[in-house]
Amino acid sequence: MTIFLTIAVIVLIFVVIFQIAKASEYVSVLKGEDISRKQNNKINGFLMLSFMILGMIGVWYCNKLYLGKTLLAVDSASVEGSRVDSMLWITIAVTGIVFIATQAILFWFAYKYQENENRKVYFFPHDNKLEVLWTIVPAIVLTVLVVIGLRNWFLFTGEPPKEAMVVEVTGRQFNWMFRYPGKDGAFGKKYYKNIDDAGNNSLGIIWEDPLSHDDIMYDKMVLVKGRPVKLIIGSRDVIHDVGLSHFRLKMDAVPGIPTTLWFTPKYTTKEMAELTHNPNFVYELSCDQMCGNGHYSMRGIIEVVDQEEYDVWMAKMKPQYLTANPDKDPENNKPAADSAKLAVKPSAAATKVAAKL
Amino acid sequence: MSNEAVLHAHSDVATHEGHGEHHEHHHHETFISKYVFSMDHKMIAKQFLITGMFWAVLGGLMSVLFRLQLGYPDSSFPILETLLGKWAKGGHITPEAYYALVTTHGTVLVFFVLTAGLSGTFANFLIPLQIGARDMASPFLNMLSYWFFFTASIVMLSSIFVETGPFSGGWTAYPPLSALGDASPGSKTGMDLWLVSMALFVVSSLLGGLNYIATILNMRTKGMSMTRLPLTIWALFFTAILGVLSFPVLFSGFILLIFDRNFGTSFYLSDIFISGVGALPNEGGSAILYQHLFWFLGHPEVYIILLPAMGMVSEILSVNSRKPIFGYMAMIGSLFAIAILAFLVWAHHMFVTGLNPFLGSIFVLLTLLIAVPSAIKVFNWLTTLWRGNIRFTPGMMFAIGFVSLFISGGLTGIWLGNSALDIHLHDTYFVIAHFHIVMGVASMFGMFAGIYHWFPKMYGRYLNNTLGYIHFWVTIAGAYLIFWPMHYEGLAGMPRRYYDYSIWESFKQFADLNRFISTVAMIVFAVQILFLFNFFYSIFKGRKVTSLNPWGANTLEWTTPLRPGHGNWVGEIPEVHRWAYDYGKDGKDFISQTTPVGADESHH
Repeated sequence: MTIFLTIAVIVLIFVVIFQIAKASEYVSVLKGEDISRKQNNKINGFLMLSFMILGMIGVWYCNKLYLGKTLLAVDSASVEGSRVDSMLWITIAVTGIVFIATQAILFWFAYKYQENENRKVYFFPHDNKLEVLWTIVPAIVLTVLVVIGLRNWFLFTGEPPKEAMVVEVTGRQFNWMFRYPGKDGAFGKKYYKNIDDAGNNSLGIIWEDPLSHDDIMYDKMVLVKGRPVKLIIGSRDVIHDVGLSHFRLKMDAVPGIPTTLWFTPKYTTKEMAELTHNPNFVYELSCDQMCGNGHYSMRGIIEVVDQEEYDVWMAKMKPQYLTANPDKDPENNKPAADSAKLAVKPSAAATKVAAKL
Repeated sequence: MSNEAVLHAHSDVATHEGHGEHHEHHHHETFISKYVFSMDHKMIAKQFLITGMFWAVLGGLMSVLFRLQLGYPDSSFPILETLLGKWAKGGHITPEAYYALVTTHGTVLVFFVLTAGLSGTFANFLIPLQIGARDMASPFLNMLSYWFFFTASIVMLSSIFVETGPFSGGWTAYPPLSALGDASPGSKTGMDLWLVSMALFVVSSLLGGLNYIATILNMRTKGMSMTRLPLTIWALFFTAILGVLSFPVLFSGFILLIFDRNFGTSFYLSDIFISGVGALPNEGGSAILYQHLFWFLGHPEVYIILLPAMGMVSEILSVNSRKPIFGYMAMIGSLFAIAILAFLVWAHHMFVTGLNPFLGSIFVLLTLLIAVPSAIKVFNWLTTLWRGNIRFTPGMMFAIGFVSLFISGGLTGIWLGNSALDIHLHDTYFVIAHFHIVMGVASMFGMFAGIYHWFPKMYGRYLNNTLGYIHFWVTIAGAYLIFWPMHYEGLAGMPRRYYDYSIWESFKQFADLNRFISTVAMIVFAVQILFLFNFFYSIFKGRKVTSLNPWGANTLEWTTPLRPGHGNWVGEIPEVHRWAYDYGKDGKDFISQTTPVGADESHH
C-alpha cells in the first residue's frame, strides 16, 4: 500500500512540475520570448555563481565529515605505505589547486560574461603564446609527479631486502590460504592437480618434495613488526586480489601466474588499535578483484606482532605435512595406545581447520 | 574529390531515394521505409537515440536497485520480491542479483548508451548535416549498423530472463570467472548471450564507424576543407577511427573466450581447481592476455565515449558565447593527441596484475601525458567563455556542466594514472568516483547538451526550457553529491563491487553516507524520467520552431529547411566559404559558413 502511495505522490509531483513548466512557457510566449529569455539568463547566471560557492562550501564540509573516516586519518601501517601517503598529499595539493582555480574561473566567467546588450564580444580565435603556456606548465608539473611516482613504483615492485620473511598467499572462492616455508626457508613444490581438500592438501603440495615437509599453513597471516615481508601471491580458481588497504598496497592473485609484493609492517595490531582508537581493530585483507557471488565476503585477517610473539606462535605450529599425512606424524606412531588417542584428537581438529580453509 | 564528383556521388544516393535531389515529396515512403528500415541518416540517428534512451532507463533503474541494497542493506522491500521473484527473496536483493545488476548496468551504459546512444546518434545526425552531404556514404550500411545494434539489444535483454541469470562477473568480463560456468552461475547461459550480444554490437559499431570515416573524408560539400569542419565533426572523426581500430581487438579477445568456454582451448585458462568440480585439464594459458586484449579496446572506448561529447561541447560553448572557439587548431591537435595516446595507455588498468614494472612505468608516463592535451582543451574552453556574451540555453548549461565535470574527473585521473598511487587506490570507490564523473556523467552531459541544442533540428520543436533548467540543476548537483563523497570511501580503501560492507571492520563506517548517496541517486534518476517525459512530449506538443536558425549558429545544418526531408537540402547543397566560428567578427553577431568572405573583412 505504501508503495502505491509513494508512486502516487511521485506522479503527482511530476504532474505539478510539468504544469508549472508548461505555464511558464505560455507566460514567456505572452511576455515576448526575448524578454523571458533575458530573465532566464539572469537567473541562471546567478545560479552558476551560487552553485560554485555552495559547491566549494560543500567540498569543505564533505572533507570535514569524512576525512577522519579515511585511512589518511592515521599513519600508514607500512613503511612503504607512508611513501604512498606523502605522494597522495602532494598530488592532492597539485590537483586541488588546479581544481579550485579552474572551477572558480569556469563559473565566474559564466556569471561575469552572461548576456549583456552593451557588451561587444571580443573576437579572440587564437593565441599561440597562451597555448604554449598551458601546454608547457602542465607538462612540467606532470613530469614532477611522474618522477616521484616512478621512484616509489620501482621501490614497491623491486626486490625486497634480504632479511625479508616470505609468506605465500593463495586465493580461492571465497577465502584466503596462507603458507609459511618453515625452518628451511623454502616452499615445497605444488601442482594444482594434487589439490585435495578432504586430504588436507588445499594447495596441491607435492609431499614427495622434502622441502614441503616443514611448510606451515594457518588461517591468518601473521607478520612481524619492522620485518619486511615478501608475499608470493597466487590463486587456485579465478582472479582475486590481495588488498592491503592499511598497508596501502595491493596485487592480483592470478591462476597459473604467481605475483609478488613486499612491504614492512610498522605497527602491531595492538598498536594500531590504539592509534585508531578502535579496540576491535584488525588488519583486513580484502579481495579487490571481482571473483564471483561471494566476492564481498572474501576476508582475510592479518596479525602483526613483535618478533617474540611471532617466535612463540611459530614454535607451536605443526607442519601441514603431518596433518595431511597422519601416519608420518611421530606423535601418532608412539606405541602407547593412550597417547595415540590423545594425539589423534588435535590432529582431527586441525583437519577441520584445514577443511574450512 | 572535386565538387562535381561529390555532387555525382550525391545524385547516386538521391537516385536511390527516387530523384530526391530536387524534391522529396515525389518519393513515396511507406511507414516501414520511413520509420523502421529507414536509410535516412536523421531517422537512424533518432532510432539510435531512442534505443539508447531505453537502455539508459533500464541501466539507470538497475543502478537504483543495487544502490538500494548498498544504502539500505538491512531493510526489506516486499515489492522487489513481487517484481524480481527469486532474485529478491524476502525483499532483499540477493548477491547473485546484485552482481548481475552491477554487470549489466556497466555493460549497457558503456556500450549501448554512451557508445551507440551518443556517438551513434550524433555521428549519424550531424555528419551529413554539418559537412553538407545528402546522406552517409552508404545509407544501407548505416541502416544495418542500427539493426545490428538492435539485435544486440534484443540478445542482451533476453539474457536478463535466463534461469541462471545474466552475466554477473563485472562488465570487463575477466576470465577465468567469465569462462567457467562452474565458477559463477552468471557465467553459464547468461555469458553466452552476453558474448553474442557484444559480438553483434562490435559489428554494428564497425559498420557505423567505417561509414562515418568514409563520409567525412569523401562527401564534404564544395569549400568544406578539413580545417573548416566544425569541431563536432573532427571529434566524431577521431571517435570513428578509434572504434574501427580497437573494436576488432576486443572481438578477437571474445573469440578466444568463446573457444575457451565451448571448445576446450586454454587461451586464458591455467592451473584451475574449482571447488566441487575438481582440477580442470587446461594448462599454459594466461588470464592476463584477455585483459590486454580487452583494455586495448577498453581504454580507447573511454575516448570513444568522451570525444563526441567534447566536440559537441566545443560547438555549443562557442555558439552560445557568441564567440569563436578559442584555439581551433589546438583543439584539433589535442583531439589528435588524445586519439593517438588512447592506444598507448591501456595497461594502466593493469598495474596490479603483476605486469612487468618497467612496462608499467612506460604506461605511467604515457598515461599522464594525456593530461596535457586534456589541459589544453579545458583552458581553451575557459578562454572561449572569456569576454563572450553567454546565453544560458539548456544546451549551454549542460556544456558548462560538462567542462566542470571533466575537470573534476580528469584531475583524479592524475592520481590513478600514477602506478604508485594506483597500487593503493585500484579497484576502490575512488576509481568508481573517477570514471563516473569523467566518463559517465560528463559524457551524459555532452549528450544532453547535444539533445537540447539539436532538438529543434531533429523535430522542428523546442524542448520545454523550464524543465530543461530543472533537469540541469538537479542533475549536476546530484552528480556531485553522489560521486564526490565516493572519493573519501576510496581513500578509506573501500573495494568496488561489494554486496555488503557490514562484516568489514575497515569499511563499515560509511553506512550513513551510502544511504545518502542512494537517496540522491533515486532523485537524480527521477529527474531523468522527467527529462524523457519532456523529450517525448515535446516531439508532439513542444513549442514550434519558427526561425530557420534559432541559435544564430554558423554551421550548415541550420541552412536546411525546418524539417529537412531525406536529402537534407532542397536544390543545391550550399557552398562553404569560411570556418564555422566567425562569431562576433567585425561587429557582426555571426557569419554563416555559407557567406562569402567580404573584401573588407579583417583577417585573423
